[in-house]
Amino acid sequence: MILIALIAWPFVAGVAAWIAGRRRPHVARWVSVLAMGAGLLALAVVWIVKAPDFALSGHGPFVASVHVAWVPQLGISFFVAADGLSLVMVTLCYALGLLAVLSSWREVTTRVGFFHFMLLWTIAALVGVFTALDLFLFYFLFEMMLVPMFFLIALWGHERRVYAAVKFFLFTQIGGLLMLVAILALYVIHGRQTGVYTFDYLQLLGTHLSMATATWLMLGFFAAFAVKLPAVPLHTWLPDAHTQAPTAGSLVLAGLLIKIGAYGMIRFMVPLFPQAAFRAAPVFMGLAVLGILYGAVLAFAQRDLKRLVAYTSVSHMGFVLLAIFAWNTLALQGAVLEIVCHAFSTGALFAIVGLMQERLHTRDMDKMGGLWLTAPRMGAVALVFALASLGLPSLGNFVAEFLILIGSWRVSEPATVLAAFGLVAATIYSLWLIQRVFQGRETPAVTMPDLTLREGVMLAAMAAPLLWLGVYPQPLFNAVRPGLAALQQRAVRGAPPPSSAVLLPPPTTRAAPTGSDAGAVSMSGDAQ
Amino acid sequence: MHTMIVLIPLLPLAGFVVTLLLGKRVLSARPEVVSLAAVTASWVLSMIVVAHVFGAHDKAIDFNLFTWVSAGSFHVQWGYLVDSLAAVMLIVVSTIGMLVHYYSIGYMRSDGGYYRFFAYLNLFMFAMFTLILANNYLLVFLGWEGVGLCSYLLISFWFHKKSASQAGKKAFLVNRIGDWGFTLGLFLIFTTFGSLQFGQVFAKVSLVSPGLVTWISLLLFVGAVGKSAQFPLHVWLPDAMEGPTPVSALIHAATMVNAGVYMIARSYPLVSHSHTAMLVVMIVGTFTAIYAACIALTQNDIKKVIAYSTISSLGFMFMALGAGAWVAAIFYLFAHGFFKGLLFLGSGSVIHSMSGEQDMRRMGGLRKKLPLTFWTMLIGALANVGMFPFAGFWAKDEILGGDFSAHYYIVWAVGIVTAFVTALFMFRLMFLTFWGENRASAEVQRHIHESPRVMTVPLVILAIPAAVLGLVVGLPPDGGWLHTFLQPVFFNVEKEHFAWAGTGGGLMALSLVVVALGISTAYVAYLRRPGLPARAAARVPWAYEASYHKFYMDEFYNAAVIRPVMGFAMWLWAFVDVRVIDGAVNGLAWLWGAFGRVLRPLQTGRAQSYAFGVFAGLFVLIILIRYFWGA
Repeated sequence: MILIALIAWPFVAGVAAWIAGRRRPHVARWVSVLAMGAGLLALAVVWIVKAPDFALSGHGPFVASVHVAWVPQLGISFFVAADGLSLVMVTLCYALGLLAVLSSWREVTTRVGFFHFMLLWTIAALVGVFTALDLFLFYFLFEMMLVPMFFLIALWGHERRVYAAVKFFLFTQIGGLLMLVAILALYVIHGRQTGVYTFDYLQLLGTHLSMATATWLMLGFFAAFAVKLPAVPLHTWLPDAHTQAPTAGSLVLAGLLIKIGAYGMIRFMVPLFPQAAFRAAPVFMGLAVLGILYGAVLAFAQRDLKRLVAYTSVSHMGFVLLAIFAWNTLALQGAVLEIVCHAFSTGALFAIVGLMQERLHTRDMDKMGGLWLTAPRMGAVALVFALASLGLPSLGNFVAEFLILIGSWRVSEPATVLAAFGLVAATIYSLWLIQRVFQGRETPAVTMPDLTLREGVMLAAMAAPLLWLGVYPQPLFNAVRPGLAALQQRAVRGAPPPSSAVLLPPPTTRAAPTGSDAGAVSMSGDAQ
Repeated sequence: MHTMIVLIPLLPLAGFVVTLLLGKRVLSARPEVVSLAAVTASWVLSMIVVAHVFGAHDKAIDFNLFTWVSAGSFHVQWGYLVDSLAAVMLIVVSTIGMLVHYYSIGYMRSDGGYYRFFAYLNLFMFAMFTLILANNYLLVFLGWEGVGLCSYLLISFWFHKKSASQAGKKAFLVNRIGDWGFTLGLFLIFTTFGSLQFGQVFAKVSLVSPGLVTWISLLLFVGAVGKSAQFPLHVWLPDAMEGPTPVSALIHAATMVNAGVYMIARSYPLVSHSHTAMLVVMIVGTFTAIYAACIALTQNDIKKVIAYSTISSLGFMFMALGAGAWVAAIFYLFAHGFFKGLLFLGSGSVIHSMSGEQDMRRMGGLRKKLPLTFWTMLIGALANVGMFPFAGFWAKDEILGGDFSAHYYIVWAVGIVTAFVTALFMFRLMFLTFWGENRASAEVQRHIHESPRVMTVPLVILAIPAAVLGLVVGLPPDGGWLHTFLQPVFFNVEKEHFAWAGTGGGLMALSLVVVALGISTAYVAYLRRPGLPARAAARVPWAYEASYHKFYMDEFYNAAVIRPVMGFAMWLWAFVDVRVIDGAVNGLAWLWGAFGRVLRPLQTGRAQSYAFGVFAGLFVLIILIRYFWGA
């Protein structure tokens, strides 16, 4: 039941904020903050209560689920469930939702109530997306989220907001439609085979598909998720959408929305079509490496601070894509950690850009420089997140990217060697950002007020998880392990595959056939 | 004992946090006290730990604190290892670190970012201690990147200067290029050995194919090349002199730049298994040694000369490692930390007294006015050039002896030439700075004064090991205390020992003659006949220009790497992203729009109706599919 409450709660609160905000804008803000805060508290309780369950193997990966028939005639049910992975994502939704509300405290001054309604609606749909196990429900929520997101960009965005919003909508819509076709085809094929027409993910998992069919359907899912992630060359909506969106929109986009791509691949695409996915893995890993380097190099070319940060997202999501197609425990754990850490590090950078735009009314880095002199606290905080972005050890992003690369090393050494260049490139854009904005001038280019207490607390709250996950990521790993293990059992890399060996790199470097990282190539006597 | 070891890095970390948070407001009167207390306590603890390791000979302390990362088969602990190698590093790092902290009180007193400086220094100490005390490669990497970060922060400490912010960025970036290799090395170690813990890796080296060991060693060495400023990644270190001078002494001479040498020495069981890797290490080191020395010869900035000297010295250490003279390399590192730290702090004292002047052409005659600085720097210079009986002599000659005994005669010859050039440029520096007439403006001359006690006392303290360290730990050559102490770490070094009176003595005499020759040449060229260098430069202008312009490495990187990459980035954005991809999308959007005009009446602008539309459309679709295709 808690899951339904978690989905419905932001929506209800959003309606309340809308109504309240008609008269008193400030009430809408407070309602939203309290709603998100209360949700986080509830989630904290869930974590504490359920934490012991994660340690128990054999308990099954799901710690909560609701299964209600919805349109039984068509095999549609309201089926939501959460394993560790989903719970992490849901928590992330609430945390970033809270931060998004806080970051638009002063930025949004028009139609405040409606804004918060849209924002909380997005959060509600996202929570649903990360827990839905009925493919119809998943698709429905996947589309539902686009509408408020579209308006968040188009109504409260910057100069070219309508263009950006339409572009965002168009990309996602086309990808989504291809996925819909694939879902419906899977539904029909499964129905013909078994006589049971259902959208239940767990039942569809066992569907027998010929390699050709599986490949086509997999590509349908991939289209939707690759647009979201985004994978190069489907990424061009992202810099526009991120840049034009209000800060809250950028936060939700970078922290949550694009993570649907990663989540969808891990949860649905690979387990539903494992052989097809693994057969295509070399291509997609190549695409991932391309994305890592392409996104980073394009970040060099930007003058618009927000656009620069947006391109770094493309680069970081390339790591996640690499991990998904490496599909071993190390890489997947790393991917989940990257999802979480990127949400905070990049989200914080967007928040900082938003604060600067509020103060300077520009995002052009050529008009900045030397700002550390006038806003030292903001400079220091920006440096922390820039360092997270470049993968400094002791911050979570490092652990994530290290695990991803070590996992992908076992699958493809060349891809990893190239991907590791992404870390060098990340150093360039991160340090360049700091230099161009905060250093290198005897007198600041413009004077800018430093962080206020609210802003400082908000950014510190985003830095804390990065530090925690950089030094002690174990709780997160423990939480997502059973869920990931279950998914990996569904889709075993290198298992009986028809002819998949041909397309994969040399067998000596491949993960052990159990898919659970049986250990090093020559020996595996590692001590705990 | 474990608690003490944990506290050594932890105290400076605490000092960093406290100073950063409270330094400006609460501690504004004396913002340095907390960080000074932290490093002093760390020094005391370090000495206790070192004494313990010395007492418990042959028994390394190796323990884990907690599991840092554990995912799948990947387990890394947060754990420490103190053996004799770590102990030697502890002595260098804690002692010089502490002295530099005290020195900075005098040097940085009037700077606006005083508290920030001490906070960064403390953070650096934490990272450096972590690096040398870690018991696995990943934790070493954490310290490794941590010192890189602090180096960045401290080089660009005066961030409002364009050159300083540029230099800091360059240092970090070049280091990260080396770290690319280091990281890949870690992946290869893990996939080969299934662990990153030193003990577990080193125990299995003999079971692994030599090719893999070579690859691992070379990749680790790529990291070392970046951190220890070896050719071709040395370009960041001279620029790093933009940072305050205490930073140059601590980070860019005595501690951080040695991290690469330390890491290769730490990986002794791996690296010594690969003849190829050893050879590469030696060649890179030897080349860097002579290359940097040649550049130092023509530089006019006092700190730049010492910086190139540092690069050259680090090259010497790698030369020793590659030639199999492992202990000699650490011996040189040990001695170098003291005398090079001393030289930097001394140059800082000179700069301080000259109102910030760094150009040696405007110095001169400071011998009388800065007696303490002069005498201590003289000791440092003599140690650096390897004059008997100063510390550098014993260390350098063990290295050269090592080359000779390993039959690397060319390397040995290059080493001898480097020793000559080193003597030449080091005494060029001394003569230009301390002898002759003062060439500064009258205004500057009026203000020349010996530095305050808080700066000169560290100089005096550092001068002691620079003078006598070799006599204490290095006698007899190839068999001194340090050799016995480090024996458990480099357990398997087989090496020809020379007879004191035979080849060994001959080599020492020869190198002494060479050094004396270098010093006398400098004396003639820069004191007796000051026109000589200019005439020599005019005779071979290309050689002079090449040396003066650092063999055009920066220009090369600029033209061959930086500008093409930036141009490529702009092209990718302007053409591929905007024209190709977005062009296609916009074309599609136009079609979509045309289609949309037909359906305009359906656009109500109300979210609810969109939602309803999605829902209804889906239903219709499913029913149609079921009807025609399904059953």
